[in-house]
Amino acid sequence: MAKTRETENGSGTGREILRMVGITKRFPGITANDQIDLSLDAGEVLALLGENGAGKSSLMNVLAGLYRPDEGSIFFRGEHVQIHSPQDSMRLGIGMIHQEFMLVDTMTVAENIILGMKDLDFFPPMQEVHEKIRELSRRYSLKVEPDKFIHELSVGEQQRVEILKLVYQGADILILDEPTAVLTPQEARDLNTILGMMLAEGKSAIFITHKMDEVIEFSHKVQVLRRGKTVSVCRTRDVTPKDLARMMVGREVLFHLERDDYNPGEPRLVLDHLTLTNRTGRALLDDVSFQICEGEIFGIAGVAGNGQQELAEVITGLMPVTSGSIRLDGRDVTGNSPIQMIKSGISHIPADRGAMGVVGDMSVSDNLVMKKYRRKPMSRNGILNRSNIARFARSMIDLFRISTPTAETRVKFLSGGNIQKTILAREIDSCGGILVAAYPSRGLDVGATEAVRKNLLRQRDNQGAVLLVSEELEELLMVSDRIAVMFEGKIMGIVSAQDTDIEELGMMMAGMKKEQIV
Amino acid sequence: MRLVLEKRESRSRKVLLFVPIISFGVSLLLGAIVLAASGANPLKTYIYMARGAFGSWSGFTETLVKAIPLTLTGLGVSIAFRLRFWNIGAEGQFIWGAIGTSWVMIFWNFLPVQLLLPIGLLMGMITGAIWAGIPAIMKAGWGVDETLTTLMMNYIAILFAEYLYYGPWRDPEGFGFPGTRPFPREAWLPRIAGRAHWGLLIALIAALLLWFVLYRTKWGFEIKMIGLNKRAARVQGVNISRNIVLVLLVSGALSGLAGATEVTAIQHRLMKGIDMGYGFTAIIIAWMAQLNPIAVVFVAVVMGGILVGGDQIQMMMGLPASMGLVLQGLLLFPLLAGTIFSDYRLKAVVQEEVV
Amino acid sequence: MQLITTLLAVTLGAGTSLLYATLGEIYTERSGILNLGVEGMMMMSALAAFSVSFYTGSLLLAVIVAMAVGAGLSLIHAFLSITMRANQVVSGLSITLFGTGLASYLGQRLGPASNGRNLAGMSAKSFSDISVPVLGDIPILAAFFNQDIMTLLLFIVVPAAWIFMFKTRSGLTLRAVGENPRTASAMGIPVAGIRYIYTAVGGMLVGLGGAHLTLGYTPGWSENVTGGRGWIVIALVIFAGWNPSRAIFGAVLFGGINAIQFRLQAAGTVIPASFLNMAPYIVTIIVLAVMTLLGRKRRGTYSPPSALGTSFAIEDK
Repeated sequence: MAKTRETENGSGTGREILRMVGITKRFPGITANDQIDLSLDAGEVLALLGENGAGKSSLMNVLAGLYRPDEGSIFFRGEHVQIHSPQDSMRLGIGMIHQEFMLVDTMTVAENIILGMKDLDFFPPMQEVHEKIRELSRRYSLKVEPDKFIHELSVGEQQRVEILKLVYQGADILILDEPTAVLTPQEARDLNTILGMMLAEGKSAIFITHKMDEVIEFSHKVQVLRRGKTVSVCRTRDVTPKDLARMMVGREVLFHLERDDYNPGEPRLVLDHLTLTNRTGRALLDDVSFQICEGEIFGIAGVAGNGQQELAEVITGLMPVTSGSIRLDGRDVTGNSPIQMIKSGISHIPADRGAMGVVGDMSVSDNLVMKKYRRKPMSRNGILNRSNIARFARSMIDLFRISTPTAETRVKFLSGGNIQKTILAREIDSCGGILVAAYPSRGLDVGATEAVRKNLLRQRDNQGAVLLVSEELEELLMVSDRIAVMFEGKIMGIVSAQDTDIEELGMMMAGMKKEQIV
Repeated sequence: MRLVLEKRESRSRKVLLFVPIISFGVSLLLGAIVLAASGANPLKTYIYMARGAFGSWSGFTETLVKAIPLTLTGLGVSIAFRLRFWNIGAEGQFIWGAIGTSWVMIFWNFLPVQLLLPIGLLMGMITGAIWAGIPAIMKAGWGVDETLTTLMMNYIAILFAEYLYYGPWRDPEGFGFPGTRPFPREAWLPRIAGRAHWGLLIALIAALLLWFVLYRTKWGFEIKMIGLNKRAARVQGVNISRNIVLVLLVSGALSGLAGATEVTAIQHRLMKGIDMGYGFTAIIIAWMAQLNPIAVVFVAVVMGGILVGGDQIQMMMGLPASMGLVLQGLLLFPLLAGTIFSDYRLKAVVQEEVV
Repeated sequence: MQLITTLLAVTLGAGTSLLYATLGEIYTERSGILNLGVEGMMMMSALAAFSVSFYTGSLLLAVIVAMAVGAGLSLIHAFLSITMRANQVVSGLSITLFGTGLASYLGQRLGPASNGRNLAGMSAKSFSDISVPVLGDIPILAAFFNQDIMTLLLFIVVPAAWIFMFKTRSGLTLRAVGENPRTASAMGIPVAGIRYIYTAVGGMLVGLGGAHLTLGYTPGWSENVTGGRGWIVIALVIFAGWNPSRAIFGAVLFGGINAIQFRLQAAGTVIPASFLNMAPYIVTIIVLAVMTLLGRKRRGTYSPPSALGTSFAIEDK
């Protein structure tokens, strides 16, 4: 692990390799970075900690040449440098792994690795490229086949390709944006080991995160950002997770939420041997069975892409079932259409807010009424009642504290948190007792996240049944009553949230059955 | 200093209104270049065009004659485009409208003659709707790209009409003229002034009706949802496939109605030259009108004027009438380029070099 | 045997313009730009080629001007859809509407005064067939080697287009831009620039296709010289699965339909001419439906570039 390799004085070599001074980056209506300074030594791991929207990614995009700063300067090995493009940045030996991988699905690993390289021959010598990739992957134990297509690889493997790409191109400073978000805890540890090997060769890394325990585990130094400004820079060993949380949020963070005792009622939603296969015959959902009762939050844990999204879409009628059944209050609803599912009382907070949750180009009030426009009093005989809709929208905006200039503002101009509140308002208001929430707090700041979690709990306390899909184990442990872990479309085990811990969940997320864990 | 596009916080309504008007001016300028380059006097040409289309009562009625089918096809294209269904087959749907109506007019002589006109128009709408329904079903059912299918079906419709009026439907007493025999006089759609006919009222009613449907009804709300975000609409329980087919049936019926009024009011028979290109001009109209049914009416009148003006310069100056088509084609360029300013504003950025 | 050879020869002749234009559109679409202006571009370049040949007698100049016209029109599309982020479908349509309108107008303006300034009905210098020694005398093969220079050049152009796309650095860049512009941009590839380049390159190849219509396949100008070929090309790109080498099959299929149509019409069949003329359009629809269903089954080989038809801006949040 990286940390075990640190030298006596707690950091790398003490030689400064990079310095950013007074970086300011503005977007319309928001200053993403406000006079930020940053310093990095060779052989050091710097954690950039902050909430969503604190400006971590913008700052790193400036360094990677994707954004141009409005003010400020960058010094590399003591020299003032201009970074206008990703190539400028790459030439200096700075490489970034974005949260969304920058890989072309339909091209091979090798093609991806040489993509954009300046000094490449017109006819790239693929044979040599393959050789070099194999050699590098041996050296850093990054197992990857150069002639595989990206879409054939798992997410973890894709991340390895990203790292290889940077190493291949000779990067000395690696920027990793939330690298562990897509990994199991065990895979995250492997990543730490790989980083350790690179640090030993004098490379350095900056990694963006919002998880306190990762800061402690991975880094030598931590810089905390809040609302575009630096709040604090300190040695990791001098701080506790609690200190970091306070600095990040600006106040004490609630690690505990008020809730009624767990007292489940009748089962509402019952999944029985549910299977879904795609066109190529691969099982996306494999023999999934569980039930959710009223007054219960049932959490689904797992690394993204292991069938959670499909599970949510099958339950809401967006995807057909290959075999097995879904029963709702004892009625068989397998294969029902989305509208039938809605009418049976299922509400849905979809995973991708912008693409599935709202129509960005329609107004807040239109988006709020999307579950109700079909019936009185919002419409009569097919004709909309605009004044009733407006009244309804105003009450929803007040009730859920949606911050919007007017009810007629197009939703896409709201912040992520307020878009999510709009969806929550609509879904909870129209909910007939079963709420399917996929990654409801993804990408939200602490305030909005808290609002989301409180609403889920209120739904539960009002005898609702909630299915919560999340990639944040802390969230699942805090909010759910029971947790099922999914791996490659299968349920690895169902545990009570009170009797489990991150370690156990992590092993199931990596593909171990609950029974196998001793 | 460099110029950058900055996203606006809300869509600018002023821009939405001004861009089409400015575009019209810019396209006249571009057209002037084409005219000058091909050795014609632009100013004189434009004056003749304007005078021909709007300068006299008879000219204006001719403009209306063209504005009627242009409005109806423009509405048909608009409603399909609202779903982001690229129906560029209005021309074929127009022709099928004409064929359907002609069929009733010529062969349904068992009907009382007063019924021929309403049933004929209805049949035109039905055949137009069917012609649009085929690509809609292919899209909704299998995901087949509609731009190509609708366009290919234009050619098929044109050739089929050609087969009819050269072949089995040719007027035996027409001395070999490529056309059917004329419709019964009692079944003609009456004219109001000059050649302008009651199709004008039909087109206006259609525009108002469509406006109401799109902005005031549940169905319009669903169409808007699908057009702006198909996936979100599906999550909200909207049936996408059914709506695609329904909307396209309406779209085809409107274009079909255009063809129906054209044959019953103007030609009084199905004959060579029925492929008048209205279905293509309709695309420009729909986009100029930003898919708003009321705006379609006004734009259609302007476009009708350009076509009449084109005919006029052919007669008066010996210039090819296709200058009208050139001007129409030119209209879209500045319009497309200008639309960005409703969502973005141009901003000059001065790069401060910090040393 | 003789009939087959002739049919094949006519097929190749008819397919040539389709093949050039298809290659062009494949390159454009591979960069992520959907250009529905092909019909208008072909029409304008066909006119340009014919009129230049008519007035100068230089075929080389005619072809160069045709390529320039194709590129010029495609650059309008590039400007609208890349820089101004306009809707690519409508932008392409506007190119077609403008191009066909302008070609019709100019066709009636650029001709000699003696013909009422009309170019239709005039004849100009056109490509003549070259018989490749030895190969041109072998039955069947003769069909391939008794063709005009533009058709013969395809024996080089098609493989070159394939090699360029899949074996070179530039091809790699091109494919990345069309598949995932965000990634390409992060790798330092100037996405907008690359798209401009390949939209223009596509326009040049479409221009070659247009030139072959009036100078090779059916020498002479008429207002419906393209007859929807530009649209068939768009379908052929799908048929080819965005792969230059597979473009051959589509071009041969549609060239073949043309050839058979000709033959049947000449022989005087019972099938009315209108129905014969419908064949290419009906086949296009069928081919499209089949390819769509195939593409759903086999992802990857037959699916379009992921970013096709979408605009891209780096700082879009």
